[in-house]
Amino acid sequence: MKPESVLIELQPKFERNAAAALANSQLRRNMGKATQTIRGKRAAVVGELSDWEQLREAGRAIKERTLRHLDEYLLQLEAAVQRAGGQVHWASDAAEARAIVTRLAQAAGTREVIKVKSLTTDEIKLNAALAAAGINAVETDLAELIIQLAGEHSSHILVPAIHKNRAEIRELFMRTLGIAELSDEPRELAAAARAYLRRKFLSVPVAISGANFAVAETGAICVVESEGNGRMCLTLPRVLISVMGIEKVIPRWQDLEVFLQLLPRSSTGERMNPYTSIWTGVAAGDGPQEFHLVLLDNGRTRVLADEVGRQALNCIRCSACLNICPVYERTGGHAYGSVYPGPIGAILTPQLVGVEHASSLPYASSLCGACYEVCPVKINIPEVLVHMRGEAVRQKQDAGGLKAALDPENAAMRALARVFANRSTYEMAQRLARLGQGPLAREGFIEWLPGMLGGWTAMRDMPAVPQESFREWWAREFGSRKTRNVAKNAKRSRESAKVKTRNEAAKTRR
Amino acid sequence: MQVSLFITCFNDTLFPRSGQATVELLERLGHQVVFRPEQTCCGQMHVNTGYQREAVPLVRRFVEVFHDAEVVVAPSASCVGLVRDFYGRIAELADDSALAREVAVLQSRVLELTEFLTKLGVEDVGAYFPHRVTYHPTCHSLRVLHLGDAPLRLLRAVRGIEVVPMPDAEQCCGFGGTFAVKNADTSMAMLGDKLRAVAATRAEYVVAADNSCLMHIGGALHRQRAGVRTLHIAEVLARTE
Repeated sequence: MKPESVLIELQPKFERNAAAALANSQLRRNMGKATQTIRGKRAAVVGELSDWEQLREAGRAIKERTLRHLDEYLLQLEAAVQRAGGQVHWASDAAEARAIVTRLAQAAGTREVIKVKSLTTDEIKLNAALAAAGINAVETDLAELIIQLAGEHSSHILVPAIHKNRAEIRELFMRTLGIAELSDEPRELAAAARAYLRRKFLSVPVAISGANFAVAETGAICVVESEGNGRMCLTLPRVLISVMGIEKVIPRWQDLEVFLQLLPRSSTGERMNPYTSIWTGVAAGDGPQEFHLVLLDNGRTRVLADEVGRQALNCIRCSACLNICPVYERTGGHAYGSVYPGPIGAILTPQLVGVEHASSLPYASSLCGACYEVCPVKINIPEVLVHMRGEAVRQKQDAGGLKAALDPENAAMRALARVFANRSTYEMAQRLARLGQGPLAREGFIEWLPGMLGGWTAMRDMPAVPQESFREWWAREFGSRKTRNVAKNAKRSRESAKVKTRNEAAKTRR
Repeated sequence: MQVSLFITCFNDTLFPRSGQATVELLERLGHQVVFRPEQTCCGQMHVNTGYQREAVPLVRRFVEVFHDAEVVVAPSASCVGLVRDFYGRIAELADDSALAREVAVLQSRVLELTEFLTKLGVEDVGAYFPHRVTYHPTCHSLRVLHLGDAPLRLLRAVRGIEVVPMPDAEQCCGFGGTFAVKNADTSMAMLGDKLRAVAATRAEYVVAADNSCLMHIGGALHRQRAGVRTLHIAEVLARTE
């Protein structure tokens, strides 16, 4: 598979992109405010459910069971969709999916399509392919429209224009939609977009959507959204094309019950999302009369083959992990250089495109674990991040050659592994560090370090290595004995008896 | 109880006082402390940076050193977190089922210091520390070991102490091991916000269960000459009148 489909830039260098983003004060302010608000909303509505943990566990279990039998469920889904009058297309990669959708749009004889917000179509770079075929794709989700008009990429899974504030949006609308008078009031901004989009909904004959869920037993497809633009796209046009990653299938209708509770509370912090559209194939005289479901692999079966990494396919694209992530909150989504930003992007992107094409992304995390805590389907993101880092290093080392030999991190890590391999080399290294720091240490601190370590001393002092290590102190105090002798302990035992009495007295009081 | 101390290479080399305080504290509470000098490093830096093959011998070493210990106590939430959360995976990676079994048997006996104390029902350790402190719950104490408010309960029972809550305390300080160097800019942006939270408390000391995070916060406080110091929780709990 060619990596360019998921990636916005080839071989993104997160640390370099982040440095630029961090200096953008407007971005920092917009991101800080937006993520904080949405975090608060999520926490409030999740707190309302006493069975939240059981719901998460159910969500995880359903997803994992589905992935174990993915082949069967997909065939079941295909048959059900066909029975209901829809057509199913299989795409092994982005190029195939683009070709299928373009062909279908051309067959419908249209020069324009309307789109429901869909990450999967972003992943396959569908809009550019349609444009190349002379077909204009109009994004109808407000934030997605903003991004399209600005000629930018999304920076958030759910709120693509999270990096923009309303003053910036006002300026954009005035410039691109040819509106002379417009305030920065949200209501007026929404009305301007609405007027523009209504004309499209009523005139364009083909709509393209993604899918949040597809029910194998019935062939029902489900899209959740907040603005009603999705409902328009899914009901008004004559032809509907839905592009869906193969991991989005769920076995039974009843399983929706779990996900339709988990998703809105985790993503927008709502008890229920405003619009939930579910359709099954084609209904005569009602809605689109032609329905196509495109099932996309594009690297997913490769992810499925990885025992640790496959849990990334549980993702229901809620974006709770983005909103809670201290790294994402500060750098924004563009730094990840991928259609999938944030913690989930940092584990999904390298797996979809091959870690060699996105090796900086697994390192875009302090492993603080906040993402795992909020994930509604319990993806252990820190575990997969560490696993992907392992893959990145193994690949670097196994490639061999001069590059691996000269890599300073690789050399340092290998040397340290030898140091820690036994007591004598370790203790010698401790003594050497104390000697080696000589010219750098001043009053217990080091204010400058060379090379890679300079990243530390750019803002932080480093404590100097003290004159006596713990083990040297232990040896001095207690000799070579493993435990200290009883006599020395006598005074301390008396003290400990006092403490014990106090603790027990405290317990009795309670 | 006989407690085998896992001091961690980081504390051993850079923060020996935290180790000494741990010994003092545990002995004062009536435990017999054992230090096995063959111990070196748990392998956290290697595992978390992706050098997992290199960490295999360190996992083996840890298991060899501590396999017969009644309980292993360490003054570091993140090192204990690695042993409990990742050692099984490393043994699997090494394709060593014997090691995996030994790891599984040992893991649950490896405890972080405040976790050990509160599991035994201790809250008042008889300490005296007449200072204004704020507590930073490190990510691994909070979200890997799930210590909850155990360290805070120990701190609040210290005589003379004034514990001030830190705004947004649960936010990561931005250390993250080699993250602080590989993604230095992002790490510093996170640290900047943590420093503002620390300053807002007007505390004299920032206390935590991990010297690694404290080295990060304290390194910047020292650079700024902020007049706030960092101190490992063991050193607070060890102080007496």
